[in-house]
Amino acid sequence: MSQAVPLYAQLINLLAAVILLLGFAMLAQRRVIQLIDLFALQGFALFLSTLVVAVKTGQHHLFYSAGLTLVLKVILLPWILHRLVRKLHIKGEVEGLINIPTTTLIGLGLVIIAFNVATPISQLSSTITRGTLGIALATVMLAFLMMITRKKAITQVVGFLAMENGLFLAATSATYGMPMVVELGIALDVLVGMVILGVFFFQIRDQFDSLDIHHMEQLKE
Amino acid sequence: MTLDFFALTLLIPLLSGILLSFAGERHWAPHLNIIASAATFLSAAGLTAEIIDQGPRFAFGEQFFIDSMNVFFVTLTAFVGMTTAIFSDPYMKNDRSHGKLTPARLRLYKSMYQLFMCTMLVALTTNNLGILWVAMEAATLTTVLLVSLYRSPASLEAAWKYFILCGVGIAQALFGTILLYFAAERILGESGTALLWSHLVEVKGQLDPTIMALAFIFLLVGYGTKVGLAPMHNWLPDAHAEGPTPVSAVLSGLLLNVALYAILRCKVLADGALHTDFAGNLMMGFGIFTLLAAAFFLGRQRDVKRMFAYSSIEHMGIITFAFGMGGPVASFAGFLHMTMHSLVKSAIFFAVGHAAQKCGTQIMEDIRGLKRINPLIGWGLMLGTLAILGMPPFGVFASEFMILTHAMKFHPWATPFLLLGLGVAFASILAKVQPMVFGESEAKPLPHAPAITPVFVHLGLALMMGLWIPPYLSRWFLEAARMLG
Repeated sequence: MSQAVPLYAQLINLLAAVILLLGFAMLAQRRVIQLIDLFALQGFALFLSTLVVAVKTGQHHLFYSAGLTLVLKVILLPWILHRLVRKLHIKGEVEGLINIPTTTLIGLGLVIIAFNVATPISQLSSTITRGTLGIALATVMLAFLMMITRKKAITQVVGFLAMENGLFLAATSATYGMPMVVELGIALDVLVGMVILGVFFFQIRDQFDSLDIHHMEQLKE
Repeated sequence: MTLDFFALTLLIPLLSGILLSFAGERHWAPHLNIIASAATFLSAAGLTAEIIDQGPRFAFGEQFFIDSMNVFFVTLTAFVGMTTAIFSDPYMKNDRSHGKLTPARLRLYKSMYQLFMCTMLVALTTNNLGILWVAMEAATLTTVLLVSLYRSPASLEAAWKYFILCGVGIAQALFGTILLYFAAERILGESGTALLWSHLVEVKGQLDPTIMALAFIFLLVGYGTKVGLAPMHNWLPDAHAEGPTPVSAVLSGLLLNVALYAILRCKVLADGALHTDFAGNLMMGFGIFTLLAAAFFLGRQRDVKRMFAYSSIEHMGIITFAFGMGGPVASFAGFLHMTMHSLVKSAIFFAVGHAAQKCGTQIMEDIRGLKRINPLIGWGLMLGTLAILGMPPFGVFASEFMILTHAMKFHPWATPFLLLGLGVAFASILAKVQPMVFGESEAKPLPHAPAITPVFVHLGLALMMGLWIPPYLSRWFLEAARMLG
């Protein structure tokens, strides 16, 4: 690109890059507590980028969804997760099925695929944020990879929530966000899901004395 | 806005679900579950009469849209919801006297059951594809705790798998929905109507084909996970086998249908935008693969509920294939097959549930001589099995015959695969069910007499539809099939 990129666009791209970087950091993080903090940080970057888009475009509902992100993903969900970790006495390192360098390399490949898929679409977009669609898809895929390669139930949940972050970024970057009623519904689902999972963790722990899903390998075929 | 049949259909399960969560151990709680389900069915029937009479309508502004296609699913859902509630009453009481359940869990079950019905009905009637996604996810959430109701290690594992796999799947569907919104917004603008199906279908020819193709892939894989399409089907046998039997019956008979319905709505849009058979071909491929994968896994099962769960996957494969072929005949057969599968499969689960409870096990080798223990259950299971395997004169035969002949005519390459899948499934299931029904046994009677009526009501309906489809019903199927294009 030869012409100067406007400041807000640079800011959005920078924040999107931060989100992707945090995605990689989560993929490489071994400790549960730090993983949750990284997730909160990713939520915060998402909040900032939504806010920048909201200010620039003056779309009212984007302010609301930025607020929703802040409350839900930066404050409420990490708080619930931290509480769970404390109550369930989850300590120590997260065991991966594949070692970290290999996972990161696979993640790199996924990012390339994501950009290839997203490029033809983002060219059709007229939003100021279109460049970030590829990053959004890459974030979704990295979270997906994290869910596959981790053995602890709680890391899978963080992966699940990070995937939601990526989807949210996709929605803001391609279309300035979904209609408000849909976004509220999605937020409600995530929250209810989190509460159910909390209940569920205790059931798993009581039954298996561990939150390692390695124990759950009875059912096959 | 006056209170009408539509509002009642959604409100009854919602309110009774909330009420039941407070009801606790009151003696009227089990009755309320049945009465609420029956009332839902009655108002759904009233709604159907209204739609047949006056044509499609909107409700609550344009947020809900009821036409001949989804009103048919609404009635089916409400009907099976009602019969399952009747079946579950003695079943759950027996589980309680066996000490498998506590009062608190029974309360959770009844409350979540009604909320689950509500989410499915919302998913079926909403006009907003975003709300459709929200309702589908809510349907998963309400059933996760039902699958793990027994709190056994295996049931917890099944529920965890169900939650994570369906969660991942549904996330793909959300990405597809975002792409769809992106394609629509370029034409319909940001007025908030860009996710309303009734608006989308009017401009489907102008939607960008590149985006729509990608969106449909994500939507098919996402909702397909909930349909149980292979290779995303892994959660399904576990959730069906480890959850309580009434939950297996509604998961198999209803939830899979609702997920498939979501795919069909999206297919209409994708077809309109692409002007090719891309969406149909994709569905045919997934359908055949699912049918074959399930048929070959069937023979290796030892748990009776697992086996019938695989049979559900197999039938979902056939139905997906039928809708993939497209055209009025194949879609008609698809709708018929969906109806038959819902009725027959839930009837089988009712019979299997009672049988497993009597014998105290779900392992097929240990269930013997059902005909002797309780002739009605034994014959119910045998007839249900014959019906699901596509024996005439049951309705499954009619729909499978239509699908097969249509495939021979227009997609001859698929015929050998279809026949192979159906044949393998037939042999594996029959060989396992026969010794379960006939043979010797000395099981003790149950404290609460099982509800046999739902089994035979379902089978009777399946028999009737095999011999004679009432004219209004076939008109209704045809209209729905025409809408699919």
